[in-house]
Amino acid sequence: MSLTPLQQLFVNLKSENRAALIGYVPAGFPSKRECIEVIKAMVAGGVDAIEIGYPYSDPVMDGPIIQAAADQSLRGGTGAADVFEVLKATTDLGVPAVVMTYWNPIERYGIENFARDLSSAGGSGVITPDLTIEESLPWASAAEKHGINRIYVVAPSTVGQRLADVTQQCSGFVYAASLMGVTGTRTSVSAGAEALVARVREVTDSPISVGLGVSTREQAHEVARYADGVIVGSAFIRLIQESSSFAEGLLKVQELAAELADGVRR
Amino acid sequence: MTTSKGLIESDILGHFGPYGGRFVPEALIGALDELAAAHLSAQSDPIFQAELAELHRTYTGRPSILTEVPRFAEHAGGVRILLKREDLNHTGSHKINNVLGQALLTKRMGKKRIIAETGAGQHGVASATAAALFGLECVVYMGEEDTKRQSLNVARMKLLGADVIPVTQGSKTLKDAINEAMRDWVTNVETTHYLLGTVAGPHPFPTMVRDFHKIIGEEARAQVLELTGQLPDAVLACVGGGSNAIGIFHRFISDVGVRLIGLEAGGRGVATGFHAATITGGTPGVLHGTRSYVLQDENGQTVESHSISAGLDYPGVGPEHAYLHDIGRAEYRAITDDEAMSAFALLCKTEGIIPAIETAHALAGAIHVGKELADAGHKDAVLLINLSGRGDKDVQTAAEYFGIPL
Ligand SMILES: Cc1ncc(COP(=O)(O)O)c(C=O)c1O
Repeated sequence: MSLTPLQQLFVNLKSENRAALIGYVPAGFPSKRECIEVIKAMVAGGVDAIEIGYPYSDPVMDGPIIQAAADQSLRGGTGAADVFEVLKATTDLGVPAVVMTYWNPIERYGIENFARDLSSAGGSGVITPDLTIEESLPWASAAEKHGINRIYVVAPSTVGQRLADVTQQCSGFVYAASLMGVTGTRTSVSAGAEALVARVREVTDSPISVGLGVSTREQAHEVARYADGVIVGSAFIRLIQESSSFAEGLLKVQELAAELADGVRR
Repeated sequence: MTTSKGLIESDILGHFGPYGGRFVPEALIGALDELAAAHLSAQSDPIFQAELAELHRTYTGRPSILTEVPRFAEHAGGVRILLKREDLNHTGSHKINNVLGQALLTKRMGKKRIIAETGAGQHGVASATAAALFGLECVVYMGEEDTKRQSLNVARMKLLGADVIPVTQGSKTLKDAINEAMRDWVTNVETTHYLLGTVAGPHPFPTMVRDFHKIIGEEARAQVLELTGQLPDAVLACVGGGSNAIGIFHRFISDVGVRLIGLEAGGRGVATGFHAATITGGTPGVLHGTRSYVLQDENGQTVESHSISAGLDYPGVGPEHAYLHDIGRAEYRAITDDEAMSAFALLCKTEGIIPAIETAHALAGAIHVGKELADAGHKDAVLLINLSGRGDKDVQTAAEYFGIPL
């Protein structure tokens, strides 16, 4: 199987000796039309890859910032077609992109069809935060058939054989949740993150990206010392939510992206 | 995909046929494994079982009695109707059965804090009660909408020492309370047990909660046999998440001649879209950690449910019910708000029992089924109904509905 653009990115960055900066935004946020503008601002600032959220009605892994963004997007009528549209627009820019979605929308769309359409839109893979490996068989074969990466989330509580079993199923990267909790900005990155990444390294050669609670250049820099990728979501979204105009929000997103991009260069 | 080994037991991963399983953040897997192991060992531990039985005898008030209601039954084709009186349990509903069991497990796991979701407030009250009894910290998540329509229960929980947190996200009802409870659990799983109140959620909750409620059907089966010398023709219960229903159904599943009938909340009518009849009007999907029937749109987004009864106002249902439905072992029907309220009034006036509005859905179902049986010439049929809770908490809603000034 040839490498996905996401996998190729990690290969390239290894030679640059730096971590990847991955930016998250829900499709349809702040509106269907404007979402791609947010992505372009992130990329202009130096984000290496994009994680597009499929907004879901019951996001149990998300804190208030992303919940509010998902709500706004859903009120705007975002559906699977919009997710694939913004995915295609992103990959057309030459930027590796994955979709992050809770499981039910995939099941509803049709597992095989979702993998197929994701692949046609140039997507590299899917992050599935509530799909356990025990329930993954149909998804594994669909993803394999269409040559896309399966990215699972591991947590500080993932230990022993379980950590090996879950990471073995991952391709593209392993998503290491920095702490026990939901998405959102934090004043510091949990010390548990480094320990978790070290434990993941022992059981897999896959790149490891850290998410949950990264929002500043300093935090990105700290995480980039030990991880292969740094994932930032809530910090970007909050800028859009709190800005008095969308144009101002875009500027701030690009500025933050530039700071974070500086941070991941060790 | 794993298939179920049999009719009654899920497989080791918690599947009932294609339903059940675990769809949760990896962060929770350790806690769910720990809980499944604690439940399994408690099931075969005579000391645990004796402790629970003693609590039920001296605190819950078990066994709950069976009451025959002939004056009510006259309005149901004249068949015999027997009520299993879970409303007489301490705290006023079946919910205490599960709560005491899980509270004992919490102690067994060495955890000091419990969190719970609640819709009608009955599960929250039961949880707050158990927390007081065992000296546990208790936080109850409740949709803001429900804190208004069940304000009496909010006060009860507070009197019992629980923190009640109104949930303002989404539809502000039970589904959103569960989301918030899950977020709390992901964050505090080390010290906290999530005391889920129904037979939904990730494995082991559907089997574990059922195991704590199956005593309802075990007692009732013996009581009906003693009273009538026969098994009932049908067993009826209302279905929200499905815990009181599975509790009374379970012992009867292998009695193939006994019809099992679950009554869902039809709201303003399933055809209107304003309902909570998940099996009748939903489709298979994943919600809150389990695969079952779900009220959802074409993108897999959960659709808001509607019911006059807060305890049934939930767009999901336990996976064992989904399975019992698909294999044809149990039937599920929808009862509208109006049908439930007229059955509510009827039981009050004919028998002097004020039922919970949730329970009134089962009573309305019995009126339909009784008439059908009588029309088919089975006037001597015996219907067993799970009277899952009492209506004290619903007095305000009922007074408003019937135009009684407060
Ligand atoms: C009295 C009563 N019956 C039924 C229910 C519905 O729950 P379940 O379907 O799990 O029995 C509730 C829930 O609050 C309740 O309070």
